[in-house]
Amino acid sequence: MKYSSQMVAKPYFIFALILLAGEILFGLTMSIQYIYGDFLFPLIPFNVLRMVHINLLIVLLLFGFMGATYYLIPEEAERELWSPLLAKITFWVFLVAGVATILGYLLVPYAELAELTMNELWPTMGREFLEQPTITKIGIVFVVLSYILNVTMTVIKGRRTTISIILLTGLFGLAFFFLFAFYVPDNLIMDKFFWWFVVHLWVEATWELILGALLAFVLVKLTGVDREHIDKWLYLIIAMTFIAGLAGTGHHFFFMGAPGYWLWIGSIASAAEPIPFFLMILFAYNMVKNRRIQDDNKMALTWAKGTAVVGFLGAGVWGFMHTLAPINYYTHGTQLTAAHGHLSFFGAYVMIVFTMVSYAMPILRGRPHGNSPRAQKVELTSFWFMVIGMIGLTLALTVAGILQIEAQRIPDSANAMSFMNVQDMLTPVYFVRSFFGVMVFLGLLIYFYSFFVKEDKRVVA
Amino acid sequence: MSERITKDMAKNIYFGGGIFATLIFVGLTFDSVNQIPELSNEVNMTESVVLGKKIWEDNNCVGCHTLLGEGAYYAPELGNVFQRAGSSNEEAFKGYMLGWMAAQPLDIPDRRKMPQFHLSPEQVNNLSDFLIWTSKVNTQEWPPNIQG
Repeated sequence: MKYSSQMVAKPYFIFALILLAGEILFGLTMSIQYIYGDFLFPLIPFNVLRMVHINLLIVLLLFGFMGATYYLIPEEAERELWSPLLAKITFWVFLVAGVATILGYLLVPYAELAELTMNELWPTMGREFLEQPTITKIGIVFVVLSYILNVTMTVIKGRRTTISIILLTGLFGLAFFFLFAFYVPDNLIMDKFFWWFVVHLWVEATWELILGALLAFVLVKLTGVDREHIDKWLYLIIAMTFIAGLAGTGHHFFFMGAPGYWLWIGSIASAAEPIPFFLMILFAYNMVKNRRIQDDNKMALTWAKGTAVVGFLGAGVWGFMHTLAPINYYTHGTQLTAAHGHLSFFGAYVMIVFTMVSYAMPILRGRPHGNSPRAQKVELTSFWFMVIGMIGLTLALTVAGILQIEAQRIPDSANAMSFMNVQDMLTPVYFVRSFFGVMVFLGLLIYFYSFFVKEDKRVVA
Repeated sequence: MSERITKDMAKNIYFGGGIFATLIFVGLTFDSVNQIPELSNEVNMTESVVLGKKIWEDNNCVGCHTLLGEGAYYAPELGNVFQRAGSSNEEAFKGYMLGWMAAQPLDIPDRRKMPQFHLSPEQVNNLSDFLIWTSKVNTQEWPPNIQG
C-alpha cells in the first residue's frame, strides 16, 4: 500500500461482502417460495424478499465501487485521498441508512413504510429497484455526492490518468441518472420511460465505465503493460459502450407504450451491446499475454479474466439472445429475463468487485505479494463454486424461460397455458435452480474462509 | 487490428461516437415524450386512474407481478388482466377485482400466496380503473395472447 488513506477502502469491501451473503440468502429463500408458496408466508411475502434481494445487490455494488475507488484513486492521483474522514463518515451514513431501509422493508408492510416515511409528500416508492423511501433516496444522493466530491478533489489536486478520468465520468453519470428516480409522472408509460434512465443507463452505460476503469487498473498493476496500450483499449471499450448502450435503451421501449420506431432502433443498437464486453475479454487476455511482471497474486488475475468472460456471457450472450424485437415479443418478462439479469449482474459487477477485493485486500492486510498459495487455492475453489453455481442457475432459468414461452406465449389465446399452470409445470426446473443457488452460497462461504487461512512462512530471498 | 489504432484515435472514437449517440438518444427521447400521451390515451387518465397508480406503487405490486412485461416474474402479467379476468367488461372486471382482493390469501396449500392488502372498496375501484386504463395503452400488439 503506497498511501495510508487507501485504508478507508477496507470497511467498504468487508461490508459489501456481508451484504452479498445477505443478498444470496434472500435469493435462496425466494427460490424456495417459488416452489412452496407457503414458505415463510405471511411472515415475509415474496415482494418483500425480492425487494431486499435486489436492493441489497445495488447497495453492495455501490459499497464495492466506493471501496474500489478509494483504494484506486490515491495510487492513480499519486497523493493521499482528499478527505479520508469524509470517506469514513460516508461509510457510516450509508451503512446506517441502508440497514434502516432493509429493516423497514422487513418489519412493516410496504404501504405502512410509505406512510411512515411520508411518501405522499414526494412519491417515489413502489417501482422496481427504486423501492427505497424518498428519504433514503435523498440520503443516497448525499452519500454519492460526498463520494464524488472526495474523488474529484483528489484527482484535481493530483496526477490525472485516463483510468481516473473515465472512472469519474462513470461516477458523474451514475449520480446524474439517479436523479430520474425522483421523477414519477402520473402517466405510467412516461414513468416507465424515465425509470429506464436510471436502470438501463446505470447498468448498460455508466456502470460499464466504472467496470472498465477498475478492470484496467487491476490489469495495469498485475501485468505491468504500458499505460498507453491499456488506455487505448479502455477508450475503445467505453466508446462501444456509449455507441451501443445509449440508443440500446430502446430494447426496453419495445412493448411498454413507447413509439414503434424503438422496435428498429432498439434492436439494431442493442445488437451491438455485446461488443464492449467482447472487447473486455480480448483486453484482459491480451494484457495477460503481454505482461511484463509476474505478480504472486494469481487470484486477482483469475477474477479479472473471469469478470471479462462471465460478463460477456451474461450481458453479451444472454442479452443478445432476446434483444431483437421479434424475439423479445415472446420472451419479454419471462424467466429468460431473470436468467439474463442474474448472470450479467454477477459477471460484470459482482465479479469486478471480487477482482478489486482480491487484488486490494491482501495489500491492505499487509500482504504485498498477495495471499499465501494455500489461501489462494481455497479462493480458487470458491471462484469455481460461485461461477459454476451462477452459470448453473442461469441455465436452469433459461430452460424455465424457454418452457414458459413455449407453453404460455407461442400458442394462441385458445391454446395457451395460464401463467400459474406453467409455473407449476416448471417446479422441477426450479429445484435445479435452488441447487445451484446453494452452490453459489457455499462458494461465498469458502471465499470467506480463504480470508482466515494462515499465512505460510515466506522464504525471504 | 489493435496495433493500427492509436490511443488518440480510440479517444476520438469515444468522444465522437459518444456525442453522436447522445444526440440521437436525446432527440428520440423528446419525440417519445411528445408521442406517449397519445399512445397511452392520456385523455382518459382520470383522477381514479392516478389514485390507482399510487395504490399500485404503495403496495409494491410490481414486487411479484409484471405490468407490460416489467416487474417480477412470480405472479401473472396484469397489463391485460382486464381482458383475461374481466372479458373487457368494466362492470364484470370491477366486480371480479372486489371479490379477488377480498379473498386473498387463497387457502390453497403451497400455491404462491398473494397477501391481504386491506384495501377499501373505493381503493380497489381505483386500482381497477388504473388496470383498465393500462390495458388500453398501445403496446405494439403485446402480449402475444390472452395469458400475458
